[in-house]
Amino acid sequence: MEIVFALAIGVLSGSGVWLLLRPRTFQVIMGLALLSYAINLFIFCMGRLKVGSPPIIHADLESNPALYADPVPQALVLTAIVISFATTALFLVVLLAARGLTGTDHVDGRERDT
Amino acid sequence: MSPWLQHLPVLPIVVPLVTGAVLLLFAESQRRLRESIALLATLAQLVIGATLLYLTTDAVPEIWHKGIGVYSISAWPAPYGIVLIVDRLSALMLTLAAALALPALTYSIARWERVGVHYLPLLQFLLMGLNGAFLTGDLFNLFVFFEVLLAASYGLILHGSGAARVKAGLHYIAVNLVASLLFLIGVALIYGVAGTLNMAELGIRWSTIAAEDRGLFDAGVAILGLAFLIKAGSWPLNFWLAPAYVAAGAPVAAMFSIMTKVGIYAVLRMSVLLGDAAAPAPLGGAWLFYGGIATMAFGIIGMLGAQQLGRLIAFAVIVSSGTLLASVGSGVESLTAPALFYMVSSVLATGAFFMLTGMTERTRTTQVSEVADVAPLPPVTYQAFGADEPEPRAHDEEVGIAIPAVMAFLGLAFVCCVLLVTGLPPLSGFIGKFALLASTVDAMNEQRAPASAWLLIATLLAAGLAGLIALTRIGVRLFWTVTERTTPRLRVIEAGPVAFLLLLTMGMTVAAGPVMTFLESAAGTLHNPDMYIEAVLSPQPPATAEARP
Repeated sequence: MEIVFALAIGVLSGSGVWLLLRPRTFQVIMGLALLSYAINLFIFCMGRLKVGSPPIIHADLESNPALYADPVPQALVLTAIVISFATTALFLVVLLAARGLTGTDHVDGRERDT
Repeated sequence: MSPWLQHLPVLPIVVPLVTGAVLLLFAESQRRLRESIALLATLAQLVIGATLLYLTTDAVPEIWHKGIGVYSISAWPAPYGIVLIVDRLSALMLTLAAALALPALTYSIARWERVGVHYLPLLQFLLMGLNGAFLTGDLFNLFVFFEVLLAASYGLILHGSGAARVKAGLHYIAVNLVASLLFLIGVALIYGVAGTLNMAELGIRWSTIAAEDRGLFDAGVAILGLAFLIKAGSWPLNFWLAPAYVAAGAPVAAMFSIMTKVGIYAVLRMSVLLGDAAAPAPLGGAWLFYGGIATMAFGIIGMLGAQQLGRLIAFAVIVSSGTLLASVGSGVESLTAPALFYMVSSVLATGAFFMLTGMTERTRTTQVSEVADVAPLPPVTYQAFGADEPEPRAHDEEVGIAIPAVMAFLGLAFVCCVLLVTGLPPLSGFIGKFALLASTVDAMNEQRAPASAWLLIATLLAAGLAGLIALTRIGVRLFWTVTERTTPRLRVIEAGPVAFLLLLTMGMTVAAGPVMTFLESAAGTLHNPDMYIEAVLSPQPPATAEARP
């Protein structure tokens, strides 16, 4: 499982960084979105990967912490998802405004002179 | 202990949050009411900040032990709950933010507020993020407050719209979103290794981290430090800064002049708490010092090359960031207090300067643009020397009381700002720089500073000289060589804030002794992280739990 997880994070962040460095605003926003997915997964796995263990105390299980998943990264990742979702939405608005004002979707607001 | 004093540390976050939310309920047409609410709330924050500042001086020892106040949210003790911590440094930053926000808000009421919607709530949310970042004792909470202040700043930088703002805003937002993602990676790595995000607990835990995990921890701290350095405007992570500050409206840019200092504050706080654990990460050691020097050099070149006053001040902000980073990075503790003095003075000065820019631009008949600046300039004419005389004001439709000798005020304020930014006597900029230089020389004589500290001295002096050259050139161009000038009408609420900020720096000059003593005690508390850790992690007195309403 670890290797699949690590590969997923690697592929997501690699594609994210590549897209982020592209000249079109839409590519940049897709890159940011992919990067934030990768980082959300990364935060999640920092609580160690575990299958079938609940993050909150369960009546049927003992109070041994080893039986539970770490709840803190799960809480952190929720916050991070909300924040990156909101900021990406805001960036989308700015992107559209830039497209409308400059008439191009180049990140610098004008096409490169060739 | 009165419940009000008990809950004082959380008020700098709650007041702007509630005010911002309430302001959203009123229609934009109810201007007077909205402005009064925003002004009152900002004034309240200034009063709260000053009260906290007073409490941290150990004036009332029965409330806060050794001048460090810890507020456990919902009375959950650290490290399980999130804590807010007020020590002398954070109280100073809170007061500084409010002292800058009040004039910026007053200034923007004159015209900026009406340029777009939701200006007032956004400013309150920006303050909430700033105050929270200064207060929090938890790394993830620091991330959240950074996001709050950044989200508000995204709105503010676009305030007024226009192609230039949207273009600069696009870059600014993209860079800061990436910085936030880096912040998250750093936080996640630190949590994964150390198992805590409480800053005080981290201060203890880092030394017990196993050697094989140490590399991962260092990497986490390094990535986190990178995120701080992007916010602080350190070279080579600061190319977004100047265009963004130039594009933003004058009062917004004035508020932004404290935003780079949030990054510096975070670097300072973390580097002290982690001690030598952070080296060779960006949070400490030689990297930070040379990074600071390179930032200063970049700022100097930028200042000399700037053709536009706003751009020049943006580079002055970069220079002050570099100075602070280099003094933090030099690892000399006696440099902290002078650096703090320099920071307070430079934040107030650049804030005033940005607002002044908004007014001086109106003295030209043509709109200031980069193209107009590059064009050949008209020679100095006789008319320029009659600058004090009131001139016909046919073009200006701005209503308001005309201040006599507007140009005299603008010129005087400009001179004061130049003195402050370049660090020439007699104003507080000089005292800050002089104290920095003197402390560096002392530290070198006593072998406490590395030999490379002379670089700091040389760059600091060069920055003053370069600033003087560039500002004199722009000042001459702005006030003397414009033939077709309209003397602008200034309203008292526009000139007043600039005068207020300048008076504050003059106050700092006159009371330099007491201010420096306070800052030395602030630096003393800061460089004694055990006090901070003990205050946060020691069991709370029972009064805390009982006093909750």
